[in-house]
Amino acid sequence: MALKGLDIFKLSPKKNCKECGSPTCMAFSMKVAQGAADINACPYFSEDAKAQLSEATAPPMKTVKVGVGENEYTLGGETVLERHEKTFVSKTRYAAAVCNCMDEATIDAKLAKIPQVDYERIGERMIVEMVYVNYAADGATDYVELVKKAAAVGRTLILGCDDVEVAKAALAVCKDAKPVLNGANAANYAEMNAVATEAGVVLGVTGSNLSEIYDTVKALEGLGNKNLVIDTTGATIKETFANTVQVRKAAIKDNDRTFGYPSIVNLAKLAKDDQHLQAALASIFTIKYGSIVVMSELTYSEALPLYGLRQNIFTDPQKPMRVEPGIYPINGADENSICLTTVDFALTYFLVSGELERSGVPVNLIISDAGGLSVLTAWAAGKLSSSTIEKFWKEADIEGKIKNRKLIIPGKVAVLKGEIEAKLPGWEIIIAPAEAVQLVKFLKDMNA
Amino acid sequence: MPFTAKSGKFNASIKPVTIGSGDKAATIGGENVLPFYSFDAEIANAPKVGIEVTDFGMEHEPECLKKYYDGCTTAADMVKKAVAFEGVDFISFRMEGGDPNGANKSTEDLMATLGEVIEAAGDMPLVICGSKNAERDAELLQKAAELAQGKNAIILAAREENYKTVGAAAGLAYNQIVGAESSVDINLAKQLNVLLTQLGVNASNVVMNVGSAAAGYGYEYVASTMQRIKAAALSQNDAQLQMPIITPVASEAWATKEASASEEDVPGWGDVESRGIDMEVETAAADLACGSNAVILKHPVSVATVSKLIKELV
Repeated sequence: MALKGLDIFKLSPKKNCKECGSPTCMAFSMKVAQGAADINACPYFSEDAKAQLSEATAPPMKTVKVGVGENEYTLGGETVLERHEKTFVSKTRYAAAVCNCMDEATIDAKLAKIPQVDYERIGERMIVEMVYVNYAADGATDYVELVKKAAAVGRTLILGCDDVEVAKAALAVCKDAKPVLNGANAANYAEMNAVATEAGVVLGVTGSNLSEIYDTVKALEGLGNKNLVIDTTGATIKETFANTVQVRKAAIKDNDRTFGYPSIVNLAKLAKDDQHLQAALASIFTIKYGSIVVMSELTYSEALPLYGLRQNIFTDPQKPMRVEPGIYPINGADENSICLTTVDFALTYFLVSGELERSGVPVNLIISDAGGLSVLTAWAAGKLSSSTIEKFWKEADIEGKIKNRKLIIPGKVAVLKGEIEAKLPGWEIIIAPAEAVQLVKFLKDMNA
Repeated sequence: MPFTAKSGKFNASIKPVTIGSGDKAATIGGENVLPFYSFDAEIANAPKVGIEVTDFGMEHEPECLKKYYDGCTTAADMVKKAVAFEGVDFISFRMEGGDPNGANKSTEDLMATLGEVIEAAGDMPLVICGSKNAERDAELLQKAAELAQGKNAIILAAREENYKTVGAAAGLAYNQIVGAESSVDINLAKQLNVLLTQLGVNASNVVMNVGSAAAGYGYEYVASTMQRIKAAALSQNDAQLQMPIITPVASEAWATKEASASEEDVPGWGDVESRGIDMEVETAAADLACGSNAVILKHPVSVATVSKLIKELV
């Protein structure tokens, strides 16, 4: 929660001494509020006032790091409740679950499935980032052995274990990879805290209701541990949603720092036997405040829409999503296939490529750099013109790569036809319809 | 010290709109909290789930639907089966064949099919969707509103280009519910509602389709549009945005590569039916979490899943 200039002014010495470089204390306070000046530039702010201010200017939600190397993920640090207010900063991360209550064959099959999901979408690698290793006291498989096996998959682990001794043994074999130890509760938090801090890992806090979790977090903070996540999974789906939303809302809207930690939502517990229901829930908790979402399994079926959704929700509203400029052959297009060009705005790309695929006509889709703007915006901003197309043609060596000399341009910039013809001699320029949906018919008619 | 959450209940609420009549009538909207925030106040009416059938019957449907519609060929055959599927709250009939750039079926043909669908649906509430071509829809939906008289159906949709014809027919002449469609922009959504009410349509007989997208396909615009509309309706008491939201999911979700690419084309992706269902339920769940009061789906398993999801959350 940003502090207003007036609130800072109230605590200022009000001397107007100019030693800080600002003409008045009021002006200085305004700058501090905007982040343009450091409070320490004023020699007369009392330590008390500074402490009060740093408390108030601290981010409402802690940023917590888990994992190491390429498996390191940042959780939390959000400042808004809805993406359009500013932007969401830390993506929801997804975990697949295994448990020592499963038999060995099931465990092996589940672990083997995890690396299968691995693909790229608009410049982002999509994988199952974490493995949730659940401990059941009556489990048949040795937990520490299971942890070793899971660690071999090469993803960040979450140890779901509330037994202090078992947790200690498990951490002994995996603590260097910075897993999450999800197991502190009202009964064991002091011992768990010692285990987690000694191993230097993030500690997950659970409880039977929000008040219990709240008190446990407070107690852990009292012990000096602020490296926490909150497991908001309740007994039912409804309770879990309520917990997850209320924790985030308390932190961001009501400025209650005790709940200012990332969350873990365990769908494998809530909808055990219904994979499609888990998929639907994963989608809900991606929009509403799940920092780590745990599922029984995560195959391409669940992942494809989910990762796409996450990519959408966590884009910065001020920065449009872009695709890499280049040649995208569609429907098995080769160097002799017709070309079609449009801008690198991701939404435009998806609409156009979708329609092109549906037409069944082989087309080379050429995406040029237009600053990630839509066709008309890019044209108005001068980022899509005959010159930018000419430049891109040279840079990407289109003429060397493609033999066909027919180019379809977006219908909305039909005015560019003459100029492009002049800049790209030898090319026949064809104007596409104004809307992507009309492309299928257009291409089919053209081919007929 | 126990944790006490501050209530997020609003003084304003979404207008409740009832579709259909009799025992099966479905009411959407009415809530005074954000989607599924039942901890702030009781959700007045749970969101509803519809199943989509088009005038092509089984002809254009994905292979995986065949086992659920065994023995069906026409739209009416499908509707007869669909009314009994688990979780179906209403039937949505889309006149896809009316598109002049597509099959361009005659109005008589389409009305004949609609007539059969209305009969097959019995007392199940109805949503009647056009061809997505604004000009053609002006004619089609006007006729459809007339044909469905007394059904209290949602006519989807009146758009900026044709709201006078569609709005007047559905909202004024034949007492249906006007679906107001705009494309993912809060201002456009509001403007259309203002225009419709100026035309004389009762604001309590309007539902909005504020635009839709499949998960991953520019969904950020859909999410933010819906969330901003709910915020304006509830926290700022903007009466011109308090209409419930209905979102067609099926047509977007099943058109994606993720849902339709065959197992031969993308061997690593696994079962195509499961991919289609997940695309549909994940998109629908996101719509509901952002503020949709009703979603239109295609696959019976998706309908059952989303219906279960709603029951769990409300």
